[in-house]
Amino acid sequence: MDLTILILQGVIVAATPLLFAAIGELVVERAGVLNLGVEGMMIIGAVAGFSVTLETGSHMMGILAAMLGGMVFACLFGFLTQVLMSNQVATGLSLTIFGLGIAALWGQAYSGMTTEPLAKLDIPGLTSIPIIGPLLLSHDILVYMSIGLTIGVGWFLSKTRPGLILRAVGENHDAAHAIGYNVVGVRMLAIMFGGACAGLGGAYLSMVQTPLWVENMTAGRGWIALAIVVFAAWKPNRALLGAYLFGGVTVLQLHAQGFGVKIDAQYLSMLPYLVTIGVLVVISRDKTKANLNAPACLAKSFYASS
Amino acid sequence: MSGILKKIMTSLAALALVLSVGVASAAEKTKVGFIYVGPIGDHGWSYEHDQGRLAIEKAFGDNVETTYVENVSEGPDAERVIQQLARAGTDIIFTTSFGYMNPTLKVAKRYPDVKFEHATGFKQAPNVATYSARFYEGRHVIGLIAGSMTKTNTIGYIASFPIPEVVRGINAAYLAAKSVNPDVKMKVIWVSTWFDPGKEADAAKALIDQGADILMQHTDSPAAMKIAEDQGIYAFGQASNMHTFGPNAQLTAIIDNWGPYYVSRVKAVMDGTWSSGDTWDGIGAGMVGISDFSDKIPADVRKLAGDARDALAAGKLHAFTGPINKQDGSAWLVAGETANDGDLAGMNFYVEGVEGSLPQ
Repeated sequence: MDLTILILQGVIVAATPLLFAAIGELVVERAGVLNLGVEGMMIIGAVAGFSVTLETGSHMMGILAAMLGGMVFACLFGFLTQVLMSNQVATGLSLTIFGLGIAALWGQAYSGMTTEPLAKLDIPGLTSIPIIGPLLLSHDILVYMSIGLTIGVGWFLSKTRPGLILRAVGENHDAAHAIGYNVVGVRMLAIMFGGACAGLGGAYLSMVQTPLWVENMTAGRGWIALAIVVFAAWKPNRALLGAYLFGGVTVLQLHAQGFGVKIDAQYLSMLPYLVTIGVLVVISRDKTKANLNAPACLAKSFYASS
Repeated sequence: MSGILKKIMTSLAALALVLSVGVASAAEKTKVGFIYVGPIGDHGWSYEHDQGRLAIEKAFGDNVETTYVENVSEGPDAERVIQQLARAGTDIIFTTSFGYMNPTLKVAKRYPDVKFEHATGFKQAPNVATYSARFYEGRHVIGLIAGSMTKTNTIGYIASFPIPEVVRGINAAYLAAKSVNPDVKMKVIWVSTWFDPGKEADAAKALIDQGADILMQHTDSPAAMKIAEDQGIYAFGQASNMHTFGPNAQLTAIIDNWGPYYVSRVKAVMDGTWSSGDTWDGIGAGMVGISDFSDKIPADVRKLAGDARDALAAGKLHAFTGPINKQDGSAWLVAGETANDGDLAGMNFYVEGVEGSLPQ
């Protein structure tokens, strides 16, 4: 197979976990909630997906478990921040630490075990079309889900009434409450959605990208996803761009080293961050416009009585 | 967002306090502390250090108390954790990653009564000893196997950071491979991390895509081994036996065996005979282990590698024996000359024939 296509396939694999987690967090933040526990929810998804796949032999069950695991874990965050009104930043950080710990505990029983990687799509006649086949029609189901999810979330937020309500809750929770919307309910749903997405992102790592389970295997991807949301100015299509840009430059610099490009590895390692920052500067050079995008109620607790 | 940032900072500070509590005190026992760069469940580097810690517990039972802190990043955080261990009355502290070198020395200065043991470093102090294993001897053995078995004449090498220990490994493996296969090439990819399974897997795939059919790694997770298994190529276990991740892929593994050294050093603390120094042991002393050879290795290659292993152990063979030139063509060792430990400890150049430029 042509090396260019192999490289692009590698880019898709590196970008997909980031895209899942970023899209989920984007919806959460659009609802006015800042959940810094993405890393924790991802690692829960990673261990849940891996262990259930191993136990049941079914990747579908693993994917479901990862979503469910991330969602349940996110509910914990939702309960603490929406019902008990704890500080979102502190709660999110502890969620990450708690998640890494509990995933390590859960995963101990699965230490050193392996599963088959998730199967790739194979459409007779179509997957074998040159270039288009291997590039577009030969991935695992999760890749298509992540793209579909991006389009779906974009449509939901901008074209549907529930999407409008969710944004209203994020922009001004007092006004949304005053006209009768259930602010806490909407936010809980958003948080659960975000948890499920982060879980999928983690599962992609443990079921496709590596595919194995080791403690701490998310290695900071949750934080990258959080940064991508800001990079994306809370817009789903830009989150896609951000995830593919970051994943793409990461993989390209690895290949560049393999080809013996005469640039020191440290600089190449910096590239994904530098490129992302560079693009961010370019697309947000209009300051007022950029500021308008941030949900006005982001990270603020909502008190129904006030 | 500045309000949020401030909140993050305060939260982190509070968190640091919470995390730093935990080392309980008990009288009369010798207290031994460890800090690890990765999780003990990494199936690689940190796992083997923890096996060494368990060997101490097994050897001394109730007379020792061991603690460990895992996932400590190499930087300011390390200094805080080491200081915390020292303050808690720990008698001897093992700091098990190269990047802990300066934090270890700094804390050691403040706590002259505490003994420190820093792995893979090169700076000592009256209360700081250094120790490392001659992993490059293992690299010589796997280099012979890889050079003999590669069909594409391309060996892929996933490297972490350009420190002497890693550079030694690349050079030793390349020289050995080259000695049995003059056409062999080594592709090195630096991932700038010790532990990131996703990135290690991406690097493994990139190397395979570029034609490598045997992988070596100097990172801590078994991700590359699993990728090799799934793609039907060969790889070598690093630090620990990674056979379960690549039952068909693993040809052999270089195993770090720290237990005996750790036990002897804790014993020295108990007896009051501990003194600073630099220990650098290899296959001969058992600090570097070579796991069983896979039956995928042809019999003649197995004999070649086995003989080399035995000769290294007996001190009859040195992995760096001249003539060897540096990458730029300048002479390093003349025919028959072997590298001295000083050159090895500070190695910051590729040998002739390795492609790419070494990050400085």
